[in-house]
Amino acid sequence: MTELHNLTVTEARAALDAGDITAVALTEALLARIAALEPTIHAFLAVTGEQALAQARAADAARGQPGNGPMHGIPIAIKDVLCTEGVPTTCGSRILEGFTPPYDATVVARLKQGGAVLLGKVNCDEFAMGSSTENSAYGVTTNPWDTSRVPGGSSGGSAAAVAARQAPASLGTDTGGSIRLPAAFCGISGIKPTYGRVSRYGLVAYGSSLDQIGPMAWTVADLAMVLQVIAGHDQLDSTSMTTPVPDYRAALTGDIRGLRVGVPQEYFVEGMEPGVEHAVRTAIQTLRDMGAELVEVSLPHTRYALPTYYIIAPAEASANLARYDGVRFGPRVPGDSMWEEIERTRGTLFGAEVRRRIMLGTYALSAGYYDAYYKRAQQVRTLIRRDFQTVFEQVDVLAAPTAPTVAFPIGQKMDDPLAMYLTDVCTLPINLAGVPGLVVPCGFSANLPVGLQLIGKPFDESTLLRVGEAYQRQTDWHTRRPGI
Amino acid sequence: MKYITTIGLEVHAQVRTASKMFDGCSADYAGKAPNTSVSVVSMALPGSLPVANQRAIELAALTGLAINCTVNHHSVFSRKSYPYPDLPKGYQITQFDEPLCSEGWIEVSSESGETRRIGIERLHIEEDTGRLVHASDDSSLIDYNRSGVPLMEIVSKPDINSPEEARRYFQKLRQILLWIGVNSGNMEEGALRCDANVSVRPEGQVQFGTKVEIKNMNSFRAVERALVYEVQRQTSLLEAGGTIAQETRGWNDAKGVTEGQRSKEGSHDYRYFPEPDLPPLVFDDAWVSARRAELPELPDARRARFERDYGLSYQDADLLTIERPVADYYEAAVAAAQSVGGSARDVANWVTGELFRLLNDTGEDYSRMAERMLPQHIASVIELLAKGSINRTVAKQVFEESFASGGDPAQIVADKGLTQISDSGALAALAREVLANNPKAVEEYRKGKTSAVQFLVGQVMRATKGQANPQTAREVLEAELNV
Repeated sequence: MTELHNLTVTEARAALDAGDITAVALTEALLARIAALEPTIHAFLAVTGEQALAQARAADAARGQPGNGPMHGIPIAIKDVLCTEGVPTTCGSRILEGFTPPYDATVVARLKQGGAVLLGKVNCDEFAMGSSTENSAYGVTTNPWDTSRVPGGSSGGSAAAVAARQAPASLGTDTGGSIRLPAAFCGISGIKPTYGRVSRYGLVAYGSSLDQIGPMAWTVADLAMVLQVIAGHDQLDSTSMTTPVPDYRAALTGDIRGLRVGVPQEYFVEGMEPGVEHAVRTAIQTLRDMGAELVEVSLPHTRYALPTYYIIAPAEASANLARYDGVRFGPRVPGDSMWEEIERTRGTLFGAEVRRRIMLGTYALSAGYYDAYYKRAQQVRTLIRRDFQTVFEQVDVLAAPTAPTVAFPIGQKMDDPLAMYLTDVCTLPINLAGVPGLVVPCGFSANLPVGLQLIGKPFDESTLLRVGEAYQRQTDWHTRRPGI
Repeated sequence: MKYITTIGLEVHAQVRTASKMFDGCSADYAGKAPNTSVSVVSMALPGSLPVANQRAIELAALTGLAINCTVNHHSVFSRKSYPYPDLPKGYQITQFDEPLCSEGWIEVSSESGETRRIGIERLHIEEDTGRLVHASDDSSLIDYNRSGVPLMEIVSKPDINSPEEARRYFQKLRQILLWIGVNSGNMEEGALRCDANVSVRPEGQVQFGTKVEIKNMNSFRAVERALVYEVQRQTSLLEAGGTIAQETRGWNDAKGVTEGQRSKEGSHDYRYFPEPDLPPLVFDDAWVSARRAELPELPDARRARFERDYGLSYQDADLLTIERPVADYYEAAVAAAQSVGGSARDVANWVTGELFRLLNDTGEDYSRMAERMLPQHIASVIELLAKGSINRTVAKQVFEESFASGGDPAQIVADKGLTQISDSGALAALAREVLANNPKAVEEYRKGKTSAVQFLVGQVMRATKGQANPQTAREVLEAELNV
């Protein structure tokens, strides 16, 4: 039998159900793997070994009971922007150093209730602002395929932990591509569900109208299992929808014959790495070979997505981050007066990128600028949303690249924020439209993984998962593992 | 030169709900230890999200209808950013360009009973802040119990012409809020607060003068005094050739002056934008109708009905509709009195006279009047009086005893033997005794000064401790005198 840390969620599920392994053994193997690889990968900000083992023991004790969900007894890592009761939640920021939430995010509560084993909290760009995980105040996470390179971001810890087989699955969050980009860079699968599909309660807000939580794992079947547990309406999040949650695994028929797949020309941007484009176009041909019908489509407002995103997300962030003043939680930098303390706390403990976005957003909302920036951006957002509505009248899903490049070297873009922002050019429009996006590994360019992005209709994660899983029946990219 | 005063009021009223505006934690913070009525939402912990309180929105809409506003079919929550530690999120969730209610009015009466309609610009819903307490050691303490309590802001149009009218507008608004049960009316605890915008301009000038905002007025009296002061201040400034600075001034009640408030950032830029965590509020006609169905008969309508149906004067009807429990009490007492032959006006006289006096003397809240004296007991006093069982003097005494003990007036009369003595036989001996003891008055009477009998009646009343029927006493005395 394969080493336990190499098991996918699907494999672990089968082995647990068959009684071949125990949750405790699986958890112990992963904790050992985490300990061994952390000096190299640095995916984790907190490892909750004792709690994980207790949860694993409880899962083993309850094994085989009716009503056990798909994640029962299966370990998972949680991005550090998700609140975990009694476990520090830092958002990769000094301003939340030592902050221990008194409550669980809804997704965390649902995983616990479903018998999952929580391994710990994983690294990310500070407050999920970034594309490389280099903006974490607690050090960069490395890419398991090439540790001199970034894992992508902002859910870099979530992606690297899976790719390094420290966890079979993880939760990430995605505001402009933060699940999909690191999934592509680390050669794993990841899905950003429709806005409103998964409760944001307990997700530390960055861009509230864009943020969404989603699973990351090796296979699409794995994603379906995690999504099944976390999706669905939550009374504590007024933006979560009551749309019923279908049986995602039942949707994995392997059959995509007759499916209309749109190929948006605008996503094959200028300057795209030839190896990336080749891998993506080859994957799209594979879909056709499997019986799908390809349709060239246009999303004409795509080029406005990046500037639109960089007004709306920072505007929301500027308000969302106003609460970090050192008064109620987190450390406080002393000063001579209340105001001086607050200014010093925020000025010292927020990182450069966070401060930049707070200033961008504050500016965009200021009197005299609101109409030209925020209001105009909302109008453009409506146009982008309509692009998708129109195109989804013609096709069932869209297939596109995830990013113009593969994982880049650590440090390469840290002095050039605009170059960093351009990394997300293919993922941002999906958040602005609120539609779901799935990434599956589709090949390599210069020995680094490339991800195919599949984009679906609102609340039609089932079709996305069906296409992705069918693709993984035909290909083996998702079975490739970094040598680490 | 004559100056025209223009005033607009912004009233903040807490909405009486069990839980806070955006989460399930208790909104009843009065008297609780600091930071014990809080939650992850009202403390704005990372990751917390607001969920709008349905009842608070219903009550705010009800209020809008009570002040003749339109309830908008589509309204939006917005974030209003300003940094202050009593505002834990760093922004307040409020409503900005699309409020819950718009365009209403209330009628305000002057001393002489003349009414004027004051326009309402808007009513919107928002959340209250925590409370910052400056400690003696120069540090600041924060209590978040109040943070997130539902709040309505009711903004008048600049239709108010005088400080007195401003006070009356605010009183009228409070009367309505209490009447429909959406607010406690408690100004000391800050459940009801008022800011004013005031400007003056020379008569003949069309354009409004520069507007000054006045804060920190914690009573009706303070509102009127502060505005009288401020109008005077602005007028004097203009008369001296000065200009009015657009600013916020605080009322200093002890000194009786308004004082400029130093603002750290100058004018705030609140950077309003739609709250992404809360979907817009969308209401159909049926929903608005359901709110309207919750609306009770309002004080003005009830006052008019009292005048019409019960033949009351404006003043009495106004007094009896000051608070809803008073009006309810009055009508319950009328029903009871009418069933035993009493009149609505008799009841009005007893309630506005004796009962209000006793409530005031004992410092009892008007809303508790039914607990102090059952409406049936007023009817009982009226009945005893009408049947001649007691006279007016005894009636007041019995009323007072009933108020004090809660006892049934008929029982009190029976227990204390207060029944009026109307039997001439029973009074005859007493009359003879009085005549014997007052030869001087008897002599005067016999000399033709018939008014002397009044004095003698008084002596009989005194001897019977007020229980004698004065008419019978007079008859008996006259009979004896004319023997």
